Amino acid sequence: MKPHTKQRIAFSFLFLCTLLVILPVGLILIIIIKNGLPALSWQFLTDIPRAGMREGGIFPAIIGTFYLVLGAIIFALPIGVMCAIYLNEYTKENIFSRLIRLAIINLAGIPSVVYGLFGMALFVMFFKFGTSILSGALTLGIMILPVIITSTQEALRSVPKEFREVSFSLGISKWQTIKRVVLPCAFPGIITGAILGIGRAAGETAPLLFTVAAFYLPRLPRSIFDQVMAIPYHLYVISTQIPNIPEKIRYGTALVLVILVLGINLFAIILRIKLRRKQRW
Amino acid sequence: MSQYKINVTKLNLWYKDFQALKDINLSIKSNLITAIIGPSGCGKSTLLRTFNRMNDLIEGVRIKGEVLIDGENILDSKIDLLSLRKKVGMVFQRPNPFALSIFENIAFSLRIQGIKDKKKIETFVEKSLKSVFLWDELKDKLKSSALSLSLEQKQRLCIARTLVTMPEVILMDEPCSSLDPLATLKIEELLQYLKKDYTIVIVTHNMQQASRVSDETGFMLLGELIEFGPTKEIFTNPKDKRTEDYISGRFG
Repeated sequence: MKPHTKQRIAFSFLFLCTLLVILPVGLILIIIIKNGLPALSWQFLTDIPRAGMREGGIFPAIIGTFYLVLGAIIFALPIGVMCAIYLNEYTKENIFSRLIRLAIINLAGIPSVVYGLFGMALFVMFFKFGTSILSGALTLGIMILPVIITSTQEALRSVPKEFREVSFSLGISKWQTIKRVVLPCAFPGIITGAILGIGRAAGETAPLLFTVAAFYLPRLPRSIFDQVMAIPYHLYVISTQIPNIPEKIRYGTALVLVILVLGINLFAIILRIKLRRKQRW
Repeated sequence: MSQYKINVTKLNLWYKDFQALKDINLSIKSNLITAIIGPSGCGKSTLLRTFNRMNDLIEGVRIKGEVLIDGENILDSKIDLLSLRKKVGMVFQRPNPFALSIFENIAFSLRIQGIKDKKKIETFVEKSLKSVFLWDELKDKLKSSALSLSLEQKQRLCIARTLVTMPEVILMDEPCSSLDPLATLKIEELLQYLKKDYTIVIVTHNMQQASRVSDETGFMLLGELIEFGPTKEIFTNPKDKRTEDYISGRFG
């Protein structure tokens, strides 16, 4: 076989593999949009589920997901950012800091259902928060901590060393330097990380299973100790637990979830590009 | 004795196992410009950075010896680093204003010191911009970003930013190496004005610059201070063979 025939075969093969990767993404989107779009309506988004969830809308689940994500980020953002500042600015490279770093990487690799069990044991049972928005939000918060810590650390590392040196050389303390010089520069990266964390939290089912999610609760929550529905869990319920559900309701729910998560990620990407353009060092 | 601002005795410095400074002894006089020259990696920047303890930021640094500024050993662990660095200002190689307005760049350290009086801040900003001869050029656009300035203006601004902490010593680490020759001349001219009020130590690998601006010069090689004396003598009548080889361009 001639060398460039071989080459052509190799290229075609590589291209085929790449196509195989893109294909599922496209197909998922096409199938969900095709089957889910007919269900989408103002009523679907703003009505409570009716007739054993076979009719009506998913409003309580949308609101539930909103509350859970909001709670998770309120909890995880400050802790994650402060942890990243400590790790990046204050610790020296030693066994202790390496152990912490290893722990954070491992935290990111724990299956989400384990977070669910952990949340149930700690928040629901031990702290006696019950199955509630509070328990669910805290569990989600712990799950997205690694995302926030890692992205904040990256943002801090990208701030040029000279900025810190100049500030120190002016007799400005380390804490003031971090507060007034480093954090403002790292802000875009931190915000992007936070939004990616939100996207991750919005799509998760398993951490909600035992901590907050209501099977069917066609009203809005009254306090943070109330249970609530959530879109991913609702999708799981209507797909597996309820017989004879119209297909378009399932796909409609999936479509809302996909739009929500992709939309959040897209927003993060656009924001990052915009803010990056502003900084000119 | 009082005419000496900085006295260095038996200064040794190691980065982990590498010895960067070897038994340095030198005295720097008040209100003069002292130049430290030598090839890259000879330790001249390291020496400069011991005067405001910037080497502390590097992991694995060990220092032995004594550095007295106004008779006070600044290597002492009890020294207040923040006031030392206000007293000993630094200008860096690359002009590096903060991504703030011209006004805020200078007001920055005042605000952090907790000065809230608007009038006072304005006076300080005006005074320090005047002393680097930027006031007339920039007084109408103090609100615009410091990043829009030319390299020379940026470096002047950085000097002004240092002056606002009211230092007595100004350390300059190759302050002109990113400027063109004309801008370099203008900065050098500025140094001549500043030396009336400040003690200036300048590190440079540009020998012509050292001979133009400085009153005293030290030549360093491989971590040692080979020769130190009045600039004229170093350049016209060096005592050490290695100094002569370097300034006549035989190496470096």
